[in-house]
Amino acid sequence: MFWRVSIGIAAAQLAYRRRQTIVSTLGVALGVGFFVATSALMSGSEKDMVQRLLDNAPHITVKDEFRTAAPQPVFMAFPQGAVSLSNTKPREYLRGIKNHSAKIEELSRQPGVIAEAALTGTAIVRYASKDVSAGIAGIDPEKERFLTTIESNMQQGSLMRLKTASQGIVIGQGMSERLGLGMDDLATVVSPAGIVRRMKVVGLFHTGNLLFDEGQAYMLLKDAQVLLDKPFIANRIRIKIADPDMAEDIAAQLESRWGYRTESWQEVNRDILGLFVIRNIITYSIVGAIMAVAAFGIFNIISTVVMEKRRDIAILMSMGFRAADIQWIFLVQGIFVGVIGMVLGWAIGLVLLEMLSTVEITVPGMMDTQNLPLERGLFQFGVGGLFALISAIAAAWIPARKASQVRPVDIIRGAA
Amino acid sequence: MTAPEGEPIVELRGVTRILQDAVPVPLVRDIDLVVRRGEFVSVTGPSGSGKSSLLYLLGLLDRPTSGHVLIDGEDTVGFSPDRLAAIRLSKLGFVFQFHFLLPEFTVLHNVTLPMLRLGRLDEKAIHERGMSLLADFGIADQAKKRPDQLSGGQRQRVAVARALSNDPLVILADEPTGNLDMRNSEIVQGIFAELAAKQGRTVIAVTHDTDFANSAPRNVHLVDGRIASDTRR
Repeated sequence: MFWRVSIGIAAAQLAYRRRQTIVSTLGVALGVGFFVATSALMSGSEKDMVQRLLDNAPHITVKDEFRTAAPQPVFMAFPQGAVSLSNTKPREYLRGIKNHSAKIEELSRQPGVIAEAALTGTAIVRYASKDVSAGIAGIDPEKERFLTTIESNMQQGSLMRLKTASQGIVIGQGMSERLGLGMDDLATVVSPAGIVRRMKVVGLFHTGNLLFDEGQAYMLLKDAQVLLDKPFIANRIRIKIADPDMAEDIAAQLESRWGYRTESWQEVNRDILGLFVIRNIITYSIVGAIMAVAAFGIFNIISTVVMEKRRDIAILMSMGFRAADIQWIFLVQGIFVGVIGMVLGWAIGLVLLEMLSTVEITVPGMMDTQNLPLERGLFQFGVGGLFALISAIAAAWIPARKASQVRPVDIIRGAA
Repeated sequence: MTAPEGEPIVELRGVTRILQDAVPVPLVRDIDLVVRRGEFVSVTGPSGSGKSSLLYLLGLLDRPTSGHVLIDGEDTVGFSPDRLAAIRLSKLGFVFQFHFLLPEFTVLHNVTLPMLRLGRLDEKAIHERGMSLLADFGIADQAKKRPDQLSGGQRQRVAVARALSNDPLVILADEPTGNLDMRNSEIVQGIFAELAAKQGRTVIAVTHDTDFANSAPRNVHLVDGRIASDTRR
């Protein structure tokens, strides 16, 4: 029962200076609201971006390259020796991944793994006396549609038609517009190896990525091998795995086993992922600053109240209230402001999210407008609320403690 | 001078209080004082003689530098602040020069606050006792008002009602008429006289008001922090 007296006094004081209470509560509420909104936006766009990275490219790519040049035998023979060798010519070797079909078979036996041998290169696509330089990917349509989102981005035709058409090619809509090359037209494709082939457009895709839509073409692996004059050769193994987070580890294993440079999606997108970390730090420090300002508001108000209420504190103490009772009176006020601010902040956050979800943006480099990606998770609300509560309680605790240390005699003596 | 009767309610034994400052200031020195049940004692003395300091020591608001303060036969030396607060809550009632009513609460709520904190009675009984205390001082009709809507004399009566709410062993008053005009001062003085004479309460009142001091059967006069005279009439 006695603690109800402290709470009753706290409630009466809050109600008595209604305006200050409302202002400090709104301060917390705005902090929580903005935290919820910015955090939803930040983690939403991060997830969206990561999803794009994952969807648009394989999780792991094995390339027919090596990270370091092969060491000369003399260096291996005298690892500690003062050996210098100049004007050596690196050994020529046939590019391509050795025995790729066995590797694909082995990888495909793992559950949830899709592995595809591909041959990439460049060629010139020529139509109606216009040229476009294009990246060529020789692929397996059955597997490609699981590896990337290209199949779902098809506007006309499909990747699968590559299998039925003879010498088919799938190009982006951007390239189609530049060349005036439409469905079922015959394009001339010229490779650096000097081979010229007439290929029929069997599909048009549109990803929204300008470079990609204007400069990428797909064909069957065997067509690419002929075009690039690399029979039976694949220079990429493209892998999708069940858990994308494992990509780095698996890539490292494959690289150490086979020696080929093996890139995980994390390695390829290191710069973007690094950017997210910096972005999150910026976001949370700004939101943290908002909360800190709100907390200082609470601290300021409760400190002022404690100063103003020294007489009341003195009489309550002389009446027989313990120091802890007094501390509770002011702590409860901070808790109240924190709790109400938190709930109000959630409401503000919800409203902000609704408003943000109607905003349409155009990302540079992309052609389409899209809605802001938002993540409406309990996490944002939970963390925002917790942050508000902790800062409000901490801000009230200091002056509350000061209040409990008031010496009633000092006040009573002076208050005539 | 009649011989004192009844058991001792408050007792000071060799109490000295020195304010530890750059130069230590003695507030009271070597005070021996026994106040028994039912006594009405006025404490007088010139400004700075230590009257109020003595009252704060009696009321456990201040602690002696040396000596013993006994309340209801219990030596409070070495008690924790919480234990002292518990004694103040149940056994002591204070009235100060300033009324110290909480501005956010109604008059009735102010009076019932010590009872609510003590929690000995249920809410209904607390409410009834609060109303009857206000009725005793003729201010029952003011119960729902806030302190700032009352006159100075009414406020001080509320403060006295509040001091009585937990039925304390002793009322400690520090210049209770000091802030009041003549008429209100007389009313409050009458109340104290009645508390002592009719209700048989133990009252210790610090005052510089000669009339008020003379209305008490016993007077303790302080000079320079020492008891100069202790007279019974």
